[in-house]
Amino acid sequence: MVENRPLVTWLSHIVLIVGLVVIAFPVWMTFVASTHDQATMLRSPVPLWPGSHLIENYKEVLFEGYNAKRGTVPIYVTLTNSLVMALGVAIGKIAISIIAAFAIVYFRFPLRMTFFWAIFVTLMLPVEVRIVPTYGVVASLGMLDSYSGLIIPLIASATATFLFRQFFLSVPDELTEAARVDGASPMRFFWDILLPMSRTSIAALFVIQFIYGWNQYLWPLLITTRESFYTVVMTVSRQANVIDAVPSWNLLMAMAMLAMLPPVLVVVFMQRQFVRGLVETEK
Amino acid sequence: MEKRVTFNERWLPYLLVAPQIVITLVFFFWPSGEAIWQSVLVEDAFGGNSKFVWFENFSHLFSDPNYFASARLTLVFSALVASLGLAASLLLAVMADRVIRGASAYKTILVWPYAVAPAVAGVLWGFLFNPSVGVVAWALSVIGIEFNYVINGNQALLLIVLAAVWNQISYNFLFFLAGLQSIPKSLIEAAAIDGAGPGRRFWDIVFPLLSPTGFFLLVINIIYAFFGTFGIVGSLTQGGPGQSTNILVWKVYNDGFRGQDLGGSSAQSVILMAVVILLTFVQFRFIERRVHY
Repeated sequence: MVENRPLVTWLSHIVLIVGLVVIAFPVWMTFVASTHDQATMLRSPVPLWPGSHLIENYKEVLFEGYNAKRGTVPIYVTLTNSLVMALGVAIGKIAISIIAAFAIVYFRFPLRMTFFWAIFVTLMLPVEVRIVPTYGVVASLGMLDSYSGLIIPLIASATATFLFRQFFLSVPDELTEAARVDGASPMRFFWDILLPMSRTSIAALFVIQFIYGWNQYLWPLLITTRESFYTVVMTVSRQANVIDAVPSWNLLMAMAMLAMLPPVLVVVFMQRQFVRGLVETEK
Repeated sequence: MEKRVTFNERWLPYLLVAPQIVITLVFFFWPSGEAIWQSVLVEDAFGGNSKFVWFENFSHLFSDPNYFASARLTLVFSALVASLGLAASLLLAVMADRVIRGASAYKTILVWPYAVAPAVAGVLWGFLFNPSVGVVAWALSVIGIEFNYVINGNQALLLIVLAAVWNQISYNFLFFLAGLQSIPKSLIEAAAIDGAGPGRRFWDIVFPLLSPTGFFLLVINIIYAFFGTFGIVGSLTQGGPGQSTNILVWKVYNDGFRGQDLGGSSAQSVILMAVVILLTFVQFRFIERRVHY
């Protein structure tokens, strides 16, 4: 603070609080809706304060699904699928890109730059753009309705490879020399020196990629046809698009809360790594 | 930049890059090649037979008023998302940079819209503005505004803009805040000693120094509006009512999967690929410059 101007400081707080209220309001209303019974949520205006049906609503969607009579799958199944997918995407991406970056930085071999550029161009095309042909490829490989189909097409990532390349380039050469003098093999050097040094980068990337994997929508929508492979984000969106005669807003919003909770927890509890990951993956 | 000290191995490096290269080839180059190939073919209605038609799919597209309407809509949409999103997050970041007490509490709440999936964000905003039970729609009707995004195209567009801005605000906020905190305090202090008030200091010192961050965020927000908002459109309006929220990335999906027009959809994919490559190029050129700053 350059000077003391209480009025301006108060104004800043007021603007921030108004901003926070506006930003938190959609989530607050979702939470409120998930704690009332169905009838209350059909009468406008809906309440702004939580009700008393929290536990039974969440129990119902978790273990019976949005509409058990129509055979919708319980949300714990879709939550598990989302978790498998998010972890698979995050860990898979980190694993394949850290070894690729290791090869590109620490070895000289023919076609090295070709590989580098081949990885580089994947930075440019999000899956939404090439959606129809990618679906065709996955279908012809027989990977529809499977975890491998959900995960593997999304784990090729230039950003992670770049981040590790950048980091490896900043590791002092003396370490490599010392390892070589001591007769360590390249893989030994990778496991015992490089990998422990990359811990913070790995944590930062993990947060970003976990959220990326959890929040996928279009890809699971296309390649899953059996409800037992649905992810939670696409289930919420599908259910919101089904026009029921008597919609159960309370259950839909409980599902939305459950779909938001894991990534929000990851962001809030790993905030430092999250901010770091966000800034670093943009380079 | 290159390493001075490297290892000598013949096969190991190939083994190490193999997983990533194989996945890139199979799920990236193959489909992208297929998209380009499909874009010059026409498949007959019963499938199976396809004919090479040169650029007919593209000329169809360019003579299609629906495609132009969708392209214009996408431009308007991304301009709105970028301008509203940047303005709101800059305001919040400047305020958060000023306050000392409670700064980290504000930050914690502001970061988490990022973690909400666009598709879920669409559901939340759809609930607030739902014509029959939405609390905001109800409040608007009390003051005499009829809000029904299910039948009113402009309101539907406004709603997806709001949801998109909300979803992206944490990202913009964090980058603006980092930019603000990297401005040397001595500059601000010197201006204050010379008698410049907070407003003057912001426009003459902070704003110009923040412009690289602002430009970077502008590109990122345009990319986000073009491609990242698919989930919002998917759970809120599905391109409707009519064509009023049928942005390009939704149209590719809709024409390809629902309309079964593979050639047309692939031609659209190819055009979108060109747009992304252009935007990425702009972004990289700019980042190169920022490094030299």
